Amino acid sequence: MKKNKIFAGILVILVFMLNSCSDKEEKKQNSAEISVSQEMTAELTAPPNVPRPIGRRKAKKLIVDMEILEKEGTMTDGTTYVYWTFGGSVPGSFIRTRVGDEVEFTLSNHPDNKLPHNIDLHAVTGPGGGATSSFVAPGHEKTFSFKTLNPGLYVYHCATAPVGMHIANGMYGLILVEPEGGLPPVDKEYYVMQGDFYTKGENGEPGLQQFDMQKAVDEDADYVVFNGSVGSLTGDNAITANVGETVRLFVGNGGPNLVSSFHVIGEIFDNVYMEGGMKMNHDVQTTLVPAGGAAIVEFRVDVPGTFILVDHSIFRAFNKGALGMLKVTGDEAKTIYSGTKQEGIYLPEGGGIQTMPDDGKVKTETASTDKTLEEKMESGKQIYMNTCFACHQAEGQGIPKAFPPLAKSDYLNADVNRAIGIVLNGKTGEITVNGEVYNSVMTRQSLSADEVADVMTYIYNSWDNNKTNVTKAQVEQVKSGH
Amino acid sequence: MKTILRLIMSVLFTSYLTTAFCQSEMVPIKGSVYTPLYGRDSMQVTISDFEMDVYPVTNKEFLQFVKKYPKWQRSKVKRLFADNNYLINWKSDTELSSGQSLNAPVTNVSWFVANDYCKCLGKRLPTVDEWEYVAMADQDIADARTKASYNEYILSWYEKPKTFNNEIGSTFKNYWNVYDLHGLVWEWTSDFNSVLVSGESRKDVDTDTNLFCGSAAIGATDLMNYAAFMRYAIRGSLKAKYSMKNLGFRCVKDISE
Repeated sequence: MKKNKIFAGILVILVFMLNSCSDKEEKKQNSAEISVSQEMTAELTAPPNVPRPIGRRKAKKLIVDMEILEKEGTMTDGTTYVYWTFGGSVPGSFIRTRVGDEVEFTLSNHPDNKLPHNIDLHAVTGPGGGATSSFVAPGHEKTFSFKTLNPGLYVYHCATAPVGMHIANGMYGLILVEPEGGLPPVDKEYYVMQGDFYTKGENGEPGLQQFDMQKAVDEDADYVVFNGSVGSLTGDNAITANVGETVRLFVGNGGPNLVSSFHVIGEIFDNVYMEGGMKMNHDVQTTLVPAGGAAIVEFRVDVPGTFILVDHSIFRAFNKGALGMLKVTGDEAKTIYSGTKQEGIYLPEGGGIQTMPDDGKVKTETASTDKTLEEKMESGKQIYMNTCFACHQAEGQGIPKAFPPLAKSDYLNADVNRAIGIVLNGKTGEITVNGEVYNSVMTRQSLSADEVADVMTYIYNSWDNNKTNVTKAQVEQVKSGH
Repeated sequence: MKTILRLIMSVLFTSYLTTAFCQSEMVPIKGSVYTPLYGRDSMQVTISDFEMDVYPVTNKEFLQFVKKYPKWQRSKVKRLFADNNYLINWKSDTELSSGQSLNAPVTNVSWFVANDYCKCLGKRLPTVDEWEYVAMADQDIADARTKASYNEYILSWYEKPKTFNNEIGSTFKNYWNVYDLHGLVWEWTSDFNSVLVSGESRKDVDTDTNLFCGSAAIGATDLMNYAAFMRYAIRGSLKAKYSMKNLGFRCVKDISE
């Protein structure tokens, strides 16, 4: 009798398990059969914003109206580019749907546009992802509809010849298909999409830059950026969160060529929906986002500060623009991150008197006062490349909205002693350089007075600055003044 | 007798005047055999001698045309032959808007009206092959397609917004003394829809069409394919009743012996 009961119990459990398995299978097969009840117009948002979650509602007939605009925009300070856009932004408007929705998609090509376009949505099951049905001449519109069968985060893009050129000019975006019941709720959601751009002029060359087909074919990008331009996610455009909140980033990569190694400096992704699908990985430092692919990453922000979003193919971040910022405000959590606790001198050979290895030659250190300008420039350049280059860049151009320029810098040239003081003591807070406001941190540099004199002389005598020759005595004076 | 002669003279003179009014200047094009932009070496096209309008048809010329043929006025045109964008920027049936230049090329016209316009003047629309043949010349040579500067000029225009209101003759005079084939507006051709660019351009790569090599081949000459591809793409997206802000036309004529 007792045995029977146990047996029955096992049977019940087995049946239950079987059921839940087949449930899953059925769900997938039946996406096509989910019935839609009402009609509604989709909320579309420009990056970095994301429409409100909708996964909890019933499947509906969803009206999406997307307009194509060819228009000039800013690539970086002083440089413009003619972008081809879905909805007026690069990347294009974010579309949010749920599984089983019947999307009625109308693509309108603005009459002022020069070229025909279409759209290939990776969320579509059908030939060309909709491209065949949406090929539309300027001043016209086309409507087609599709049912969202698979949940996930998908790229859409233009697929009109020459396809590479249309994508390279910014014609891509993301469409999210939420699973039944929706994604778990989070505090903040943002839309970040990487793209590579190919211009006639090199990176930073001012004026209206034209698309360079040969560079695109060679995959030699001048700009690699998040959300269509350098600085679209830095400074005032940074995305924000409060300590303790969970952040979800919808990350896409439009390409046309490069694969992104997406990373947030100082954060570990708690969850990653790999490749934008429904399979989840945990505790990830850097996730690959292929061209024409996506990923959803989630993390809780535990400490305040600025967290930098980068493509960890790192020259793209610091030299080509693939850099964004997440600013987190709130209370410090010293047990998680202490900040600098103590500063000291590191002596690899232990304390006490150090001796230089005796190679038989007598070595004399030339004080900067005895050096010629040429010698100071040479030594200064070396120090610059070791110490300053990472932030202020090779030509002193800095990084827009993150690190101020030293080249032709009004702030630098206005006050030599102030500049020396910053190198000696560091600088925090808002400053205005060449009309742009910067608010970041420069740490104090551990350089000798001689070295400071050399590197400052190098900086003042390069890149159109005022050619001040900074002496050791001057540096020491500033040093003792504080 | 004298009066009759005078009458005949004056009739002849007026008719001469009216035709001269509409007849825009044409130049002879010497035919030849060439490989179109989209082609491989084996696909040669033979072009016979013909004459081509030096400039695209202007707003001014088209204004006179619709006055003479009211059935092509905006309010009277049959929707079958022109969509709702037809002459949409004009102030009325027979007036331009203030922003529009008389000497700018006429745009927002359908294939049907362009075809009829040329016919009324005893001319016709050029074929794609004829148009491309004349358009492959730059200032100096008849076939400039391998020149980097030629291709860059074309590609850069494709990215320049709102050139449709520039006046005719504002671009360069090419080898054949024809102006504005590149840099002003797209132009209708008689057989614009015979080239098979489907909406799904990537698919065209493996169908046996004129455009076989275009999107797949990678090489130094590819730039010129890209320029051509964009023209073929725009033609492929059209229907004969469409009218577009960036699309005008010019006429050609066979040389009569």
